[in-house]
Amino acid sequence: MSIPNDLKFAASHEWVRMEGDIATVGISDHAQKELTDIVFVELPSAGRQVEAGKECAVVESVKAASDIYAPVSGEITASNDELTANPALANTDPYGKGWFFKVKLANKAELDKLLDPAAYGKSIGE
Amino acid sequence: MRPPLLNEQSKPGLQAVAFPVTNDPVDLPAEHRRQTPAPLPEVAEVDVVRHFTILSKDNFSVDTHFYPLGSCTMKYNPKVNEYVSALPGFAQLHPLQPASHAQGAMRLIFELEQMLGEICGMDAFTLQPAAGAHGELTGMLIARAAHLARGKPRRKVLVPSSAHGTNPASARLAGFQIVTVPGAPDGLLHPDQVAPLIDEDTAAIMLTNPNTLGVFEEHILEIARMAHEKGALLYYDGANLNALLGLCRPGDMGFDIVHVNLHKTFSTPHGGGGPGAGPVGVKKHLAPFLPSPRAQQNPDGSFSWQHNLPQSIGKMRAFHGNFSVLARAYAYIRALGWEGLRAASRAAIIHANYIKKQLEDKFPAYTNRPCMHECVLMANHLKEAGLTVRDIAKRILDYGYHAPTIAWPIHDCLMIEPTETESKETLDAFISAMRKVAREIETESYTLQHAPHHMPIQRVDEVKAARELRLRD
Repeated sequence: MSIPNDLKFAASHEWVRMEGDIATVGISDHAQKELTDIVFVELPSAGRQVEAGKECAVVESVKAASDIYAPVSGEITASNDELTANPALANTDPYGKGWFFKVKLANKAELDKLLDPAAYGKSIGE
Repeated sequence: MRPPLLNEQSKPGLQAVAFPVTNDPVDLPAEHRRQTPAPLPEVAEVDVVRHFTILSKDNFSVDTHFYPLGSCTMKYNPKVNEYVSALPGFAQLHPLQPASHAQGAMRLIFELEQMLGEICGMDAFTLQPAAGAHGELTGMLIARAAHLARGKPRRKVLVPSSAHGTNPASARLAGFQIVTVPGAPDGLLHPDQVAPLIDEDTAAIMLTNPNTLGVFEEHILEIARMAHEKGALLYYDGANLNALLGLCRPGDMGFDIVHVNLHKTFSTPHGGGGPGAGPVGVKKHLAPFLPSPRAQQNPDGSFSWQHNLPQSIGKMRAFHGNFSVLARAYAYIRALGWEGLRAASRAAIIHANYIKKQLEDKFPAYTNRPCMHECVLMANHLKEAGLTVRDIAKRILDYGYHAPTIAWPIHDCLMIEPTETESKETLDAFISAMRKVAREIETESYTLQHAPHHMPIQRVDEVKAARELRLRD
């Protein structure tokens, strides 16, 4: 299972990549494997305020529909239109082209509550 | 080969029904009138009949196959039910006919409410809800109205993680917040899991008993006590009532509201064959909130509708529910009687335990407890063979059985509900087929991966179908 070293993770399987005060969010390799083939995503639109721990997106596979929780609070600055058009990107490239949305961070301290790659790996039994 | 679609058979000028041509003025505003004919296929009646008859031969149904679809209670639907519901006095009633002209139907409604009340241990019933989830919504609206009437609206509803998905959906639709109660390894709901979550803001706890793992919730009396102590209501999802008929009653377990799926427990057709019916029963203290109108018997023995119900949540459905479904359930209950219902539930429980025992070396049960009317079996060692539980479901079709429910309420499981209406020979043949599939998992994974092999339509690419959804040409 791939867990890149430069990311932080929520226990609910979202990853966060920081660039300045912008957090890019997606779902982990483990999450996409558990969901199996993803057929639909619904992403928050730019301008929306999201709150850490609250659902803000939806992902559907042939197996299940799941909520995606915002790992951090803030304003959505972009969502991945390419993923909406081709949800399979979350399966084939979960940490790259399969990103979900970007959040302008409201509270940097929330990053400390996220798991580092080792802790996340442990939480999924790696 | 796929039979041609009706659209593909269409030929201008063909028609099934010859409508009279009229030059009478149409009483419809011009902007709402169709300018061009609707793009419907033009086909002869005989071709329409053949088209659907041919398609119907590819169908799996209780009348053609054993259908052990867990949690759906696909029992045989006796044909005498059809005879009763088709009696002209029922079938040709107009829903707007005054109650005084429909005393037979009124009596059926009134008596069915009484019978369901006796079976479930509840004081009053409504027959309006159109199906199970509609019954849940009705029940949740009653819970909301009851708390409001007490002057204390409440916001939360507790739902176990193994609940049917409709439970949280119905509670949410009624305006509640959902609090999920986690499952325990033994498959039971424990009072100490409920205790930290229940409080004075909890409107209700929604439970199924036996639960979705097919196990009887043996702490139910304690959980009912805890709910009532906090002023919360206990809601019974009747999905699994087929295990309890004449043996024990939700009302006696402390449930305040129940819904019953007539299309499961009371043998009315479903799964494409029916509409359903989801009657809701309540304890006396909640009766004023039931939907209006309510059937009542007058002192002279006649029946009428009671409309003056100021605390009622109002109407949940046009007219009086799916009446012809009610007539079928009435016929079923009258045919079986109390002893017959009890025998049905006992047989349902014995059948499920028989399958569980006969398959335990190949598909071990999720829990060692005796099951009720359905068993949840684990399909282990699938990953090593590169298979999923879906492959088992597809392969069992080749052996002539509808697939069990799969991957719910837990991963890699098969939920098998044989029902009481199957013979030992049928159960044995199914068990033997499942054992063959178990051998194939070990030695012939390719056969499973590409199953079904003997169905009119082979493995469907569900991912492609979902990703490239095309609803019209």
